[in-house]
Amino acid sequence: MYEILFPVLIVAGIGLLAGLGLAIASAVMAVPKDEKAEKITEMLPGANCGACGFSGCSGYAAALAKGEAKPGLCSPGGADVAAEISEFLGLGGVSVEKKVAVVRCSGSADYTENKMEYAGIAGCSAAVLLAGGPASCQYGCMGLGDCVKACQYGAIEICNGVAHVDPARCRGCSMCVAACPKHLIELVPYRPQAVVRCSSCDKGPQTNKVCKIGCIGCMKCEKTCEADAIHVKNFHAEVDPEKCTGCGKCAEVCPRHVIDLLGS
Amino acid sequence: MNGETIKGLVSIFLAAILTENYILSKFLGICPFLGVSKKLNTAASMSMAVTLVMVIATAVTWPIYYGLLVPNELEYLETIVFILIIAALVQLIEIFLKRYMPPLYNALGIYLPLITTNCAVLGVTMLVIDNHAASPETYGFLQAIVNAFGSGIGFLVAMVLFAGVRERLETCDIPKCLRGLPITLIAASLVSVSFLGFQGLVDGLLG
Repeated sequence: MYEILFPVLIVAGIGLLAGLGLAIASAVMAVPKDEKAEKITEMLPGANCGACGFSGCSGYAAALAKGEAKPGLCSPGGADVAAEISEFLGLGGVSVEKKVAVVRCSGSADYTENKMEYAGIAGCSAAVLLAGGPASCQYGCMGLGDCVKACQYGAIEICNGVAHVDPARCRGCSMCVAACPKHLIELVPYRPQAVVRCSSCDKGPQTNKVCKIGCIGCMKCEKTCEADAIHVKNFHAEVDPEKCTGCGKCAEVCPRHVIDLLGS
Repeated sequence: MNGETIKGLVSIFLAAILTENYILSKFLGICPFLGVSKKLNTAASMSMAVTLVMVIATAVTWPIYYGLLVPNELEYLETIVFILIIAALVQLIEIFLKRYMPPLYNALGIYLPLITTNCAVLGVTMLVIDNHAASPETYGFLQAIVNAFGSGIGFLVAMVLFAGVRERLETCDIPKCLRGLPITLIAASLVSVSFLGFQGLVDGLLG
């Protein structure tokens, strides 16, 4: 009996001592924590994307708790999280409009070709170093997927050589905006509005040569627009999201079918 | 401390890094070796945490083994008691660092609690006891501590080397069927084979 009991007692005793020691140690060496900041951290989505401008969710929560930052900077969390936090902090209502990323290129393999066969490191930022990348349009999407890798929500996919953002999944964190070496991705307010899927700064004939869908700057949309929201700048049409009413008339008249309606 | 002892300690230290490397020769601690070797800085933080825990764990388990288990003829409890002590110890170190050395705590981050179940740490504490049993005259507490420290540094060397290899792999055009874990395992075995080249080196240097 003793032979069994003694080892059991020894192991149990060591366990008990270790447990007690840890309990005492954690009580003696407890670090005071900011409970307010911890609760806010729980409310935030926890993506640590950095869209708010702070070092991750806990950094933003600490700044919020100290009153150094405003609620509503968290775009992945959106309006719900902003409302929850401002209620918790006793501040007034804050309105946050959902923003989504849009890719300003629609030059898929159906409309444009590659000027070379690229067999280097798979990634846009590497490919762009080699003569501006394999795409024949120097402003166009190369479809190598740096934005897909940057997206934490699986909202971007490469379809037929060009990146597509799924607005339902996009949380507007802007990670893809930073990842695109061609600066093709932009955040826009998510409401019915026109989006020009081209960023070519080449003149019309040159754009036409390399891409069958690129904006040639024909000004038809500009003349049609009743809200004065669409203008041709740098040889391609650009929409002012503040003025656009989402009527869709520009999309109808566009001879290249390069204008899309968001949220439709 | 005479010259012979110092020579013995240097030999133990070098052997622990090169010929008896825990990862590349004994194949202990493979999970962090494959898991956290993707980036150089995380690999280095992990190894620092392992080194710290290895030394302290050996310093604690050795007296418990010879002061508590051996006199009561309970040597067979070695594994379970050591696991218990290492787990508690890691928690204690974590609490201590959080309170008194926040920068080090932040640098080690999640890797410190991960070490609780690291087989390399348990391996060090148990193998130094085996070493003492093999040569009780020359292998004492001091040698055990030096061995533990050397093993930690060996862990660091292996992790940093392999992190470098993996960072190179990132930019390689790897055949599709080998991408991910397969090429990592192949690379790990090649690094391990390269460490075979150190066999006999320490004895040759100091023998």
